[in-house]
Amino acid sequence: MARQHANAANGASEPRHARRVVAMWLVASAIVDPLFYFVAGPHMPPGDMTSSAAGAQFDFNVLTMAALPVIVGVWIYGAYTLLTWRAGRGGPDPVTTPTSRSNIRIQTAWIGTTTVVVLSAFVFGTVELVVPAGAGGGEGPQPIWTPTSKTVLPVQVIGQQWKFTYRYPTYGGFESDKLVIPNDTTIAFHVTSLDVVHDFWAYQLGVKADANPGTDNVAFTTTRADGKVTVRCDELCGIWHGAMYNYGEVVPKSQFQRWATSTEASLASATKLLPPFAWSYTPSANGAGGSYYPDNVDVFSKTQVYGAGAVTAKTAASKSS
Amino acid sequence: MAEAMAISAHESVDVGRPGGTPPAGAAASRRSAWLGQHMGTAALAAVVGYTIGHYVGSSFANGYEHVAASGQNDVANVLALTLAVVGWLLGSGALNYPMAKLVGREPAPEVEEKGVGRYFRYSLDHKVVAMQYVIAVLLFLFTGGLLAMAVRTELLSPTTHYFGPGTYIAIVSEHGTMMMMMATSVITGPIAGWLLPLMIGSRRMAFPRVEAFSLWTFIAGYMVILTALPFGGFPTGWTGYAPLQTQAAGGMDSYLVGFVVVGSGMIAAGFNIAVTIINYRAPGMTWSRLPIFVWSLLAVASLLALATPTLATGCLFGILDRTAQTSFFVDQHGGSSFLWENLFWFFGHPEVYIMALPGFGIVGEILPVFTRKPLFGYRVGAAGMLGVALLSFFVWQHHLFQSGINPDMRPLFMLTTELISIPTGFIYLTAMGTLWKSKIRFEVPMLFALALYFNFLLGGISGVYLSDVPVNVTVHGSFFVMAHFHYTIMGGLIFAFFGGLYFWLPKMTGKVMNKKLSLIHFWMMFVFFNATFFPLFIVGLLGQPRRVFEYAQRLQGLNDFSTISAYLLASSFIVFTINFAWSIFIDPKPAASNPWDSLGLEWQVPTPVPFENFERIPLILADPYHYGEPVPTPVADLGVPAVALAGSGAGGGSGPSGFSGAVIVDAEGGASDV
Repeated sequence: MARQHANAANGASEPRHARRVVAMWLVASAIVDPLFYFVAGPHMPPGDMTSSAAGAQFDFNVLTMAALPVIVGVWIYGAYTLLTWRAGRGGPDPVTTPTSRSNIRIQTAWIGTTTVVVLSAFVFGTVELVVPAGAGGGEGPQPIWTPTSKTVLPVQVIGQQWKFTYRYPTYGGFESDKLVIPNDTTIAFHVTSLDVVHDFWAYQLGVKADANPGTDNVAFTTTRADGKVTVRCDELCGIWHGAMYNYGEVVPKSQFQRWATSTEASLASATKLLPPFAWSYTPSANGAGGSYYPDNVDVFSKTQVYGAGAVTAKTAASKSS
Repeated sequence: MAEAMAISAHESVDVGRPGGTPPAGAAASRRSAWLGQHMGTAALAAVVGYTIGHYVGSSFANGYEHVAASGQNDVANVLALTLAVVGWLLGSGALNYPMAKLVGREPAPEVEEKGVGRYFRYSLDHKVVAMQYVIAVLLFLFTGGLLAMAVRTELLSPTTHYFGPGTYIAIVSEHGTMMMMMATSVITGPIAGWLLPLMIGSRRMAFPRVEAFSLWTFIAGYMVILTALPFGGFPTGWTGYAPLQTQAAGGMDSYLVGFVVVGSGMIAAGFNIAVTIINYRAPGMTWSRLPIFVWSLLAVASLLALATPTLATGCLFGILDRTAQTSFFVDQHGGSSFLWENLFWFFGHPEVYIMALPGFGIVGEILPVFTRKPLFGYRVGAAGMLGVALLSFFVWQHHLFQSGINPDMRPLFMLTTELISIPTGFIYLTAMGTLWKSKIRFEVPMLFALALYFNFLLGGISGVYLSDVPVNVTVHGSFFVMAHFHYTIMGGLIFAFFGGLYFWLPKMTGKVMNKKLSLIHFWMMFVFFNATFFPLFIVGLLGQPRRVFEYAQRLQGLNDFSTISAYLLASSFIVFTINFAWSIFIDPKPAASNPWDSLGLEWQVPTPVPFENFERIPLILADPYHYGEPVPTPVADLGVPAVALAGSGAGGGSGPSGFSGAVIVDAEGGASDV
């Protein structure tokens, strides 16, 4: 960058500043990059429990490998210039030459380098997004990057204030408040909401998708290991947002099969009371979390009241009578 | 905005005259300032307006069953707040002039104001308005800062709670919204308001009344957003996502009205700054001689003027949803929660550059002074700012990568977002080139400038992680994002703001800040800023979502470290406040007229700066970066008589007719026809 420019302007007695900075930068980069990749890299979040988690970890590590030399470079450059040319050392006053205002070679090199880095990051990011079927992110109702696996287990995630529940359409649509999924399987999470915008963040699975009311937001991942999963709401959804989390588990296929069939059977009577399985739901007046416009009440009615007020109004009426 | 438009139409007579005419005083008389209109009468009128609005709203809307049943009346809230703001403007005298013109009367003649009283009035002197802004911004910043302390206190423990969840989320939302509102004007108000005319050789802003309007709506916005707390706060954070917004209680009205109020001031400020830069440059102030700070302001002005209307529109939709039962954001009735997300972020992303760019401009001014070298790559730096401004309109959906909205657009938004790092890199190129073989003086403003580069490096690079869609799956909505934007906004903008204050306060106030206290402030702020926010990157990567009051037990250590650092960071502002109060008010020491030995035009005028800034409109001879030359080219000829300018090729371009300073356009009959 500004390094070649210094070379050109160097006097004989002057140390070769640019060369020194570049050398320090190369050495430092050669140390920090492998150190990060081999020592810290395998432990970086979110781990490698699923394909998308492992992908996110790999991408994070690659980006860090690119970022560290930039950070270290600016730090070394800054430290070097600040120490070398600080006024306290009493060096000569700078003499302005045409190159101290602008230097086409350096500027071109800078713009060229940053452009190449940025475009590489873009190409890398796009490949890493498209090839692993959306990398675990929510792709909306019509996913355009879908997994190659022929068998995909659909799991519906329903967010509501302030709870996540899970419905398994291939097992009669029963609803569970615990996420259980089989190992070594491609899962399609269908995320939707009954009230406000939530966000389904299964940290260890490397999956994140907003839960929008009336929308089916699909995210794919393929499980690779058994283990526990933390699910947190990641979009502010009201006062108990901080308490909106639960846990899940990735279990061996056979165990999942047992759990799913037995739960389906034991919950059969409850499942009948649920709304029929759908990819999204319109909440009713009695819907969880309340609805702004209940379907069965005339909003402009002078006589009907509803919601929280309905209860108090009725209680008040019965007390007074 | 109606009043603003009325003012602009009238003031535009003066557009195109380099330097402009002197700023007029507020519509006032020679009576004691306290008998006229001032902040007190404005507050009184605001209370009256609030009462009337609330009464009217309650009387015509309380018949609605849904209002009666829910126990709250959004119509009354919105009307009360709106009329309070109108009352505030009426009471301050902001509307005297346009109203007089509307009914065809000539407004009272305007006079230069003196004394402390002018700082409490609707002043049209850009230097007075800027000092009012300094206090308003600091008030905003410290109120938001106190809320931040409350947030960090709650996060001391994952299980023991200091606040209920409702109080906590109200505090978080209030902190975010106040800081965002404050940050829109933290530099464009106080620092640009003071310096822009001086830097381009003008006697005033293009529209002094509009500038004052921006300030008074900014203060009104502060009060409106504070009313959210007695209404019970709002639970949506500063992003105000619908349908939570539609569902929320009365405090939400303060958020929506507050953003409309602050937004109208921002739009007005944007146009005012742009017109001033384009039309009020002194002769010889060509585009290539414009200080880099002015370039950053031009970029910011375009963002303020073009992006903010989207926010105001979104908030008006929200208000209608809550009061008139429309369904813009209500999914079940054909609206869409995505509509708000798009409207909000279409404003929201340019907004973050509204906050970042003026900071880049300030450090671009500070570096050459303390390195005694010209700014390296001036053209690239200016192009970088305009490039960032342009690109910022094409990146908003990177906030919605996981929202489920059009996935096919994700690679595009990833590309545009990452492209922004190219023009942002220019800012680093200019700094690194300027430092090379320079002579660096570590004065306080320089330390703040260098700190910006340190902080923004981490903030900017963490942004690349966020723009990468696969990594975004993990970091979106987590504390990583939160650390990222605190590194860019606080680490960038707020450091630049304080750097700018320390740099220009000697000129603005004519007084010196105590150097020892300034150094203590800097080092505390720098060290504890990093100690507060760096751990939060890690906390976010380890899975802590934003805006939660409960988190994993294993993250308590990092959270506590951050909280304690945050307390110390806050105490650095106490040091600043003591320093500010002591050095400016209690024991002032006069400042030299050019203490940093700068070549900038603003430093060439005497201290205190005369009412009309320049005795004669200067003839600009060079850009202000001619350091390192045996005989530095002077930036301007300040004593040039008007006749000599006739053929000088004015920057603003329409000849020297306004130079003498004797033309009082406002008093000319028929001017409003123009």
